Formats: sequence, structure tokens, C-alpha cells
Amino acid sequence: MEWLTYLVTYRNEFLQGTILTLKLVGVGLLGGFGLGLIAALLRVYGGKVGRWIAIGYIELFRGTPLLVQLFLIYFGLPDMGITLERMTAAYIALTLNSGAYQAEYLRGAIQAIGSGQMMAARAVGMTRFQAIRHIILPQALRMVIPAWSNEPISLIKASAVAYLIAVPDLMNQAKIIAGKLYDPIGVYFAVAIIYLAIVFVVTWLLGLVERRVAIPGLELETQRTH
Amino acid sequence: MDKPILDIIEVAKIYGGNEILKSISLQVKEGDTVVLIGPSGTGKSTLLRCINLLTRIDRGRILLGDQEITAPAVNEDKVRQQIGMVFQDFLLFNHLTALDNVMIAPIRVKKMSKAAAREKALYELERVGLKDKAGNYPGQLSGGQKQRVAIARALAMDPRIMLFDEPTSALDPELIGEVLEVMRKLALEGMTMVCVTHEMGFAREVATNIVFMEKGLIVEQGSPDKMFNHPEFPRTREFLWKITELYGKHDQDKAAG
Repeated sequence: MEWLTYLVTYRNEFLQGTILTLKLVGVGLLGGFGLGLIAALLRVYGGKVGRWIAIGYIELFRGTPLLVQLFLIYFGLPDMGITLERMTAAYIALTLNSGAYQAEYLRGAIQAIGSGQMMAARAVGMTRFQAIRHIILPQALRMVIPAWSNEPISLIKASAVAYLIAVPDLMNQAKIIAGKLYDPIGVYFAVAIIYLAIVFVVTWLLGLVERRVAIPGLELETQRTH
Repeated sequence: MDKPILDIIEVAKIYGGNEILKSISLQVKEGDTVVLIGPSGTGKSTLLRCINLLTRIDRGRILLGDQEITAPAVNEDKVRQQIGMVFQDFLLFNHLTALDNVMIAPIRVKKMSKAAAREKALYELERVGLKDKAGNYPGQLSGGQKQRVAIARALAMDPRIMLFDEPTSALDPELIGEVLEVMRKLALEGMTMVCVTHEMGFAREVATNIVFMEKGLIVEQGSPDKMFNHPEFPRTREFLWKITELYGKHDQDKAAG
């Protein structure tokens, strides 16, 4: 049970690391959401050019390891004259990577809403933009929550790669403490507990949101038709 | 004087080499109720979608009042605001209450104030007999109620003409009556309507003009009396006999009992 003592003794370091990890996840998640939404809309409604731009982006960032993306951004871009802070590089890598995954979740939800809703919205005189804004997205964003809930969770864990460019996140703090104590197993176990706790809280919050925005009678309807 | 409100001139629509509509010419006068009938796959629904520009035509012209709505530079959204459409599968906005379904287009499209749109929406819901369901979501309404909300949603834009695309085909038999009742009332109030339907009781009673289409062409059109009692073409007689046998049964039962 040394890990409990570690957590108490090094609470400040762990806390700083946790805050940094949460910052990485928060930025990656929000930035990725914006980027993913644009990519998803381009893919569904963007015509031929928009669709191919979106597919290119999505496949590029889903098809390569996050670590490689991070290294290319942090170590590769300076060759092209762009030097970034560690944190900035980590933010950008996580945003681009998460955006690609979120785009696919969102695309699935938008397509599941169906062309009928779009047709009905156009039939009452809405423009394409109004239909997307007022009819398609409010439904798609509700529908996407269960699948999308994977993304914060995987991003919390994926953010640990930032430690490889020496961002002082939770993982990095653990490494430093482990070095001091000569007990990597105990320290990493403590860190695992912290990650688990964060994921647990986030999952609980998402469940709360999902119930909060549920549309009365809608799940009734899906049950009836299946 | 009797200028048509809707003038369809030699319209053709081709889907992947298939001529769904070959050459359709049809005039609808203000206050008319035109019922389109014909075998499935004949292009009736396609014609409705061409009228409100959800489908682009390949040949011909369509005029709404004095405006050629199929002209290249036309603002399609402005045109659709003047044409109400009711779909077979209702297509209510599932995330909005009945009231919000009816309010949203006046607010977003006509830029009406919330208060005015609300008043308008409640009035239209009352017209279809659903004022007491204003707060219900689509998932909490029956099929017949959903379709009546869909009609109210279209009416809230004060359309010059209403299109109905098999509005009762997705309904259980006992729910068809309430939707037809609303449509009958609208026709009596003078709304111009074009309906694709198999409800021959409705066609016989309400239509000013019945149009029989087959294979992308209009075979014959005329008053219900002419079409039901002395059609010119054997195909018309045959189809009407068959469809009345299939769908019209309960109408005849009602008349008998």
C-alpha cells in the first residue's frame, strides 16, 4: 500500500501533473470538437472538394500514431522555421488527432439523423445553413453523446505521450517521483489510480449530460421501431 | 381571370437514364384540390418534389403565380416559403415540441418575433385540433397527431399552395380519418392543394380535379364524376376500380352503414 503514502507525500506534484493533464485534455477535446465538427460537416455537406479535404485530414490523423504526430510537430516543424513551445506543440497535436476521431463520431450521428430532416427543413423555407444549425445539429449532438463519450476517456490516456517531449504532465511527474523513490511500480500504480479516478468522474458527468438533454419520447420511439 | 396559380409546362425528370416524368403539363387554379393518382413508381411524388424544388427538373418550366420558379436565378428558399409540403413519414423535427415544430420556420425564416410566432403556431395547432398537445414531443404523439402537426407546421408559413405526398399511407387505418378530416376542412376553406393519395373517398368527395398518371405521363384528368363514372380510357377505369377495391373498402362500408 505504499502508493497511498506516495499520493499523500507527493500530493503537490501529483496535483500539478493532474492539472496539466486536464489542461491538455480540455484543449484537445474542445479544439478537436471544433475541428471535428467542421470536418464532419464538410464530409457530409461539403460537396466533392469538401468531402475529400475532410477525408484526407481524418485518415491522415487516424492513420498515424499520435506520438509520431507530436514528434513531427515539435521536432519536425523547427526545420521549416516554425518553433513551438512544448505545451503549444502538445495542444496542437492533441487537437488535430482528437479532431479526426471526433469528426467520425459526428459524421455518424449527422448521417443517422437522415436526409428526411434536411428535406423537411428545406421544405419550410430554411436555407441549408439554417437547417444544419437549427434542425440537424441539435439532434446530432444529442445522438452522438454515447459514442463520443469514448473520446474524452481515450484522450485522457493518450495525453500521456506529451511526457515524451518533456511536458510536465501527470505521467512526467510520476517519472520524476519514481526516480527519487526507486520504486517505479508503486508510483506508476498511484498514477494509474489517478487516471482511473479522472475517467470515472468524466464518465459520470457525461452520463449526467446525456440524461439531461434527452428528448422525451424519443427512446420510446427507437424501441418501438426496432 | 382564371389564371392558374400553379402552371406546370412540359416538365420532364430523368433519374439515371430513366425518364420518371416524360412530359407533364398541369394547371392548378386558386382554391382547387387536385388529387394525383396512379400506380406506384409513376412519378407522382417526384412531381410534387419538382414543384417545391426539392428535385431539379430536366426539361420544361413551372410557374407559381407569375414567377417562373424553375428559372436559373430563382432563390429556391424564397420559393419554398410559399409552398407547404406534407410528407408520408411526417418528418417532424424530433428534438422540438409540437409548438416549436410549428414556430421554428416563422421565427428563423420569416424573422417573426417569438411572441407573434407562438400565437401563430397556437392558432395553426388549433386548426388541426391539437392545441392541447402543444407541449408534446413528436415521440409522444400518435401517427395521426404527428401528421396533423406537420400540416400545422406547413400552414404556419402561410403558403399559397399545399402539397401532400401520400399523407395517410404510413398511418394505421383508425388514424387516417383524423388527417383526412383536417385536409377536407382546408379544402373547404379554399386552400389550394395538390395531393398524392390512394384515399378514393377523399378524392371523390373533395377533389375538384383528379389526375391519373401512369409511366411518367398524365393519362387522363377530370372531375371526380367524370373520372369515376365515365372515364374515357379503359386504363383509368381499370385502375380506379382496382384502387377502390383495395383502399376504398371502408369508405363504401361507411356509406352503406
